[in-house]
Amino acid sequence: MSRTHVTCTINGDEVEFLAFDGQTLLDALRDEVQLIGVKEGCSTGDCGACSVILDDMLTCSCLVFAPEVEGRSLTTVEGLAEGDQLHPLQQSFLEGAALQCGICTPGFLVAAKSLLDKNPDPTEEEVRYAVAGNLCRCTGYDKIVRSILSAAADIRETM
Amino acid sequence: MKYAAPVTVEEAQHLLASDEEAQVFAGATDLIPQIRAGRKQPPLTVDLKRIPRLVNMRVEGNTWVIGAAVSAAQLSSNPDLAVDFPGMTEAAALIGSDQIQSRATLGGNLCNASPAADTVPAMIVNGAVGVIATSEGTRMVPVSDIAIGPGSTCLAPGEFLLELLVERPPLRTADAYLRFIPRTEMDIAVVGAAARVTLAEDGVVESSRIAIGAVAPTVLRVDEAEAALAGRVIDDDLLDEIATAASERGSPITDKRGTADFRRHVVGVLTKRVVAAAAQRAGGSQ
Amino acid sequence: MTTTQPEYKWVGTRPVRHDGLDKVTGRARYGADLALPGMLVGVVVRSPHPHANIVSIDTSRAELIDGVKAIVVGADFPVIGHDDSADAGEGVVDYRDLSRNVIARDKVLYEGHPVAAIAATSSTAARMAAEAIEIQYETLPYVLTVDEAMAENAPILHDDLITKGVSTSMGETNIASRELHEGGDLDAGFAQADVVVEREFTTKAVHQGYIEPHAVVADTGEDGRSVVWCSSQGHFLVRTQTAKVLGWEPSQIKVIPAEIGGGFGGKTTIYLEPLAVMLSAKAGRPVKLVMSRDEVFRASGPTSATRIRVKIGADKDGKITAAQAWLAYTAGAFKGSPVGPGCDCILTPYVIENFLIEGYDVVTNTAKVTAYRAPGAPMAAFASETVLDEIADELGIDPIDLRLRNAVKEGARAVYGPKFRRVGFIETLEAIKDHPHYKTPLGPNQGRGIASGFWFNGGLESSATVNINEDGTAVVVTGSPDIGGSRAAMAQMAAEELGIDVYRIRPVVADTESVGFTDVTGGSRVTFATGMAVVEACRKVVGLLSERAAKVWGVDQSEVEWVDGQAQHVLGAHSPLTIEEIADGAADTGGPVTASAAVNARGVGMAFSTQLCDVEVDTETGAVKILRYTTAQDAGRAIHPSYVEGQMQGGVAQGIGWALNEEYIYNNDGVMENPGFLDYRIPVASDLPMIDTVIVEVPNPNHPYGVRGVGEVGIVPPMAAVANAISDATGKRITDLPMSPTRIVKALMDNED
Repeated sequence: MSRTHVTCTINGDEVEFLAFDGQTLLDALRDEVQLIGVKEGCSTGDCGACSVILDDMLTCSCLVFAPEVEGRSLTTVEGLAEGDQLHPLQQSFLEGAALQCGICTPGFLVAAKSLLDKNPDPTEEEVRYAVAGNLCRCTGYDKIVRSILSAAADIRETM
Repeated sequence: MKYAAPVTVEEAQHLLASDEEAQVFAGATDLIPQIRAGRKQPPLTVDLKRIPRLVNMRVEGNTWVIGAAVSAAQLSSNPDLAVDFPGMTEAAALIGSDQIQSRATLGGNLCNASPAADTVPAMIVNGAVGVIATSEGTRMVPVSDIAIGPGSTCLAPGEFLLELLVERPPLRTADAYLRFIPRTEMDIAVVGAAARVTLAEDGVVESSRIAIGAVAPTVLRVDEAEAALAGRVIDDDLLDEIATAASERGSPITDKRGTADFRRHVVGVLTKRVVAAAAQRAGGSQ
Repeated sequence: MTTTQPEYKWVGTRPVRHDGLDKVTGRARYGADLALPGMLVGVVVRSPHPHANIVSIDTSRAELIDGVKAIVVGADFPVIGHDDSADAGEGVVDYRDLSRNVIARDKVLYEGHPVAAIAATSSTAARMAAEAIEIQYETLPYVLTVDEAMAENAPILHDDLITKGVSTSMGETNIASRELHEGGDLDAGFAQADVVVEREFTTKAVHQGYIEPHAVVADTGEDGRSVVWCSSQGHFLVRTQTAKVLGWEPSQIKVIPAEIGGGFGGKTTIYLEPLAVMLSAKAGRPVKLVMSRDEVFRASGPTSATRIRVKIGADKDGKITAAQAWLAYTAGAFKGSPVGPGCDCILTPYVIENFLIEGYDVVTNTAKVTAYRAPGAPMAAFASETVLDEIADELGIDPIDLRLRNAVKEGARAVYGPKFRRVGFIETLEAIKDHPHYKTPLGPNQGRGIASGFWFNGGLESSATVNINEDGTAVVVTGSPDIGGSRAAMAQMAAEELGIDVYRIRPVVADTESVGFTDVTGGSRVTFATGMAVVEACRKVVGLLSERAAKVWGVDQSEVEWVDGQAQHVLGAHSPLTIEEIADGAADTGGPVTASAAVNARGVGMAFSTQLCDVEVDTETGAVKILRYTTAQDAGRAIHPSYVEGQMQGGVAQGIGWALNEEYIYNNDGVMENPGFLDYRIPVASDLPMIDTVIVEVPNPNHPYGVRGVGEVGIVPPMAAVANAISDATGKRITDLPMSPTRIVKALMDNED
C-alpha cells in the first residue's frame, strides 16, 4: 500500500505525515499526527466531534481526504490555548459547566471559535445554528450556548 | 485508492481518461461516506478543487458563472448573488451544517443526483445551465436534464461538470426555496420546493417557474401550477390551487424520511408558501 | 423550595471540575484514544440477517490474507449455563445470554449480531479478511415487535425460553416473564369513577445516542492475564462480565477506565471486550476494537419498543379511584427488557387504592436492549401521564391540581410495594405551578403541557480511598467512572469533610486493581453511594489526623477537634496544627495518613420530576417547535448545582428527541434503515430553547449531605409533557411515538374528515 507525503501547518507548526490511500484527515490527525483531541463520533459528517478549522473554514475532518490538506493550514482543539493561557471559550466552558462527558467538547470549541472569529457578537439563535452541526447528547445545549455567548462577551471586552 | 489533485481541466481529463472507474469529487461530503459504507470503491479519486476555473464565481455580461466546485459557504456569503438569487442562495445555505457548508458544492449537489438535493430545484427555476467538460471540449446541458434518476446523471465516463451558468433575472423577478425537514438543521429534505416569479407592473404574475424535489426520481417542474399562475393576481384561492397541482404532480415514495402521503401533502404546502415568498420578493424588487 | 439547611462551604457551590482542563484542551483520553506498540486493529463480522441458523463458518481464506493475525468465532468461547446470573446494578444479567450476545453460536438473533472477529496489522487487511470469511446462513422467519412476537404461531427465538411466573413449558413462547402488581378492588374502583379514560400507546426503540462509540484495547500476556483499557460505566462490571464470557477468573483481568464519552445506561454491559481479549491472546499482541456509528446503532443499546394500555378512573373532584395498565416491552434478542421498572414506575407518583398492572418481557429479533436512563419508566409515564391529562381536561381541573390531589408523600404506599419515606413530589408540582412560565400567555397554534415522573434511584456497592499527600493535599480515589462531573462532587464532599480547599483535593477514578469493588455509574447512584464511601473515608482520615495531633500534643484524642482543616485543642491549650503540618510530620506520628471505606448503600432517596412544556405546531406541515421548557426536580441536595442542572437539562433534551423524532426504522428484511445520526435524529442545538431548571431540595435523611441522585428521572416526563402540549395546541391526542411531522399531519387530516 502506497502512502502520500503531506506537508501542512497544524496549530501554527509545520507538520509532515504520510497518509494511506483513502485515509481521511480525521484518521490521519489521530493516527499519524497523534492529535487525539480530534474525536470520531460518526465518520459521516453528522456529529461534528472531529471539527477542525481548515484555512479559516470550519470542516468535519472525517469528510476530508488527508492529502487534500497539502500546503494548507489547520487548527484543532489542541491549538486553541496560547501557552498556559486558555482560550476564552475554554475558560467559559469550564466555568459554565458546558461539558458533561466531554467527548463533543473539542468539536464544539472549534466550531464556536470559528463562529466568534467571524461574528464576535452573535445572538443566541446564531449560536444555536452555528453549532447545529455538533451533537451533544449530555447537556441539552443550554450551558454550551450560554458559555459561547459569555465567551463572546469576554472577547469583546478585551478587544 | 489513489488521490490526485490536478490544477488544470486538461490534467483532470487526462487522469479520468487513464482509468474509467476514476471518481471526481469536490466536497466529498457524499463520496467519503459512500466509500466507508462500501457502496463505492474508486481506484482513483480526482479532487477538482485545485482547478481555478472550478472554484471561482463571477458575473460575465448578464450571466453568473459559478464554478462547479464553489462551496455552499462561498455561494451563500456572496452578497451580489443574494441580490439576484435570494432563493438559490438560501438553498445553498440550507445544505447541512457550517462544517458541511464549507465543503459541499453546487456541482456536487447536482451530480450526486439525489432527488432531494436542495440547490437543484432553485437552479432549475432559474434556468441554470451546466457546462460539462468532454473529451472534445465542452457541452452545455440544462440543469433539469443533468440528473436522470437517483444517483445517475447524463454525464458520460470521463466527463465532469465545469461550471454553472445562470442569467441574471429580469425586472420584478425573484426566486425562493423552501424545504421541509423534521429537525431545524442537519436533515436531508423530506420535500423541497423552489419558485421563481416575474410580476407584471400591475402585480399580476407574468410568468413563473416552480420545481419540486424529493417527490419523484428527479426534480420536477409543476407546469400546471405555472399555467394557473399566469396572468393572475396571487390570492389564497390561487395558492390552494397550485398547492393541489404540486401535490398531484409528484409520485413520492414512503421511506425512512417520510411517507408518500406526507410528502404529497407537504409539497403542496411548501409550493404555495414558496410561490408567495417569491412573489413578495418580486413585488419588493419593483 | 428551601427548608432550613446547614451552611456548607463547598457543598452547593460551583467549582470548576478537576478533569475539566484535560477535556477542553483535547488531552483527555477516551476509549479510542490509546495506542500501544505493536497494536493490531480489529473488526467484527456481523449477521446481515435478523434471524438465521449458522450452518457453517469457514475462516480459512481469511487467515491467508497478509497482515491477519487472529480470528475468533463463537466456538472459541466456553459454553455457559443459564443458572449463572448476577445483579449487575442495572438489572439481572444472565451470563449465558450475555455470552451469546457477545458472539453468536448456533444462530444469529438480530441484524448486527457478532459472528466472528478479526485482528490484523491494518484496518484494510481486517476488512478484507471480514469479506473473506465464508458464513452460510439458513434464514428463519423473524419478529421485530411485541405484536409480532406475542402473536400465535410466531417464530420462536429460543427453544429453551419459558414464561417466568406463568409457564414452565419450553420453546413455545417469546414471552420471557410476566410482572404483576395488584391491589384493592379494580371493578369497585372504576364503578366509583365519574370519568374513565382508556388509551393505547406505542413507542419505538430509541438509542442512548452517546457520541463516543464503544472502544477497547486489550493486551493479553503469555501468563493468561489481560489488561483491558476501555470506556464504560463500570470497569469492575467489565472485569466480571468479560471474565465470565471467557471462562476466566476476574483476577486474571485488569480493567483500566478510559474517560467515557457518554453512556446513559448503554455502557453498563460489554460487547467488544471478550473479543479483544481473545484476539489478543491468540495473536500475542495488543488488539484494539472500535465500533463504527453504524455498529453502535445496529448492535448496542437501544431501549425497548413498547405497547402500553392504560385505563384510569377518577371522581369529579379528581381523585383517582382505579387504574389499570398493561405493558409489553421488547427485550431484543435476549430476555431482560425494563418492563419490570416500567410496571413499578407507571402509577407510582399517585396514591391509588385499586389497581392492576401487568407487564410482559418479550424477546424479538432486534439488538438486545440495554439500560437507558430510568430504564422502562419514560414510555410508561408517556402513557399514564397522557391519560391523566385527558382526565384533567374532561373534569375541567388544572392538570397540576389534579396531580396534587393524588400525589404521594411520606407514608404513602407505592403500587409496587414499599412505603415512601420523605419525598419531594408535591414540592416539584408546586415549583412548576409557581413558576412564571406557567402564567406566560400562549399564541395561536401554541399549547402547554405538564407531566411528572418517578424514578427509584440506586444504591449498591462503592469503595473509596482517601490519601493525604505530604503537602497536606488529598487524593480521593474511587471506582466510579465520571460521566458528567462526579469527580467534582466527590471533591466537594471531601473538601467539606476535611475542611480544605476543593482544589487541594485530587479526585481520581482508579483501575480495578487500585481501588475496592465499585458498581456501575448508573441508577443515579454515584453522588449518593460513592459519595457516602468518600465521606466515610474522609471521616476516618479526620480521625487519623486528630489522633496524630493528639500524639504531637501528648493529649487524649478526645481533646482534639477538627475545624477548617486543622486540629484544635478543645481548651486552646495548644496552637492548632494544620493538615499540612500533620502531613509533613506524618512519618514521626505513625506513617502516611490514609483510609478507605466501602459501602453497600441503603436508604436511597427517590426522585420526582415535574416538567412544563410549551410548543407551537405548524398545522400544515406537522412541525413542532419547543418554545419554552421548565423542569423542576427534587435533588435532595445539589452538591454541584451546575451539574445537577446539566443532568436535568440533558434528560429533558433526550426526552424531547424521543418525543418528536427518534426511532429505530426497519426495512422489510428486518434490517435497520437509519443507523446514523443523519436519519436517527437526535436534537440539535437549534431544535431546543434554553431549558429552565428549578432544583427542589428535600434532603434525603439517609445521606450525609441529603443527596438523592439526579441523573435519570429527568427523562421520564418529557414525552407526555410534549404530547400534552401538542394536544393543547391542536386538540389532537397523539398516542404513538415519535410524534413526527408525518404522524401529526395524519392526525390533523383525520380531524378534517
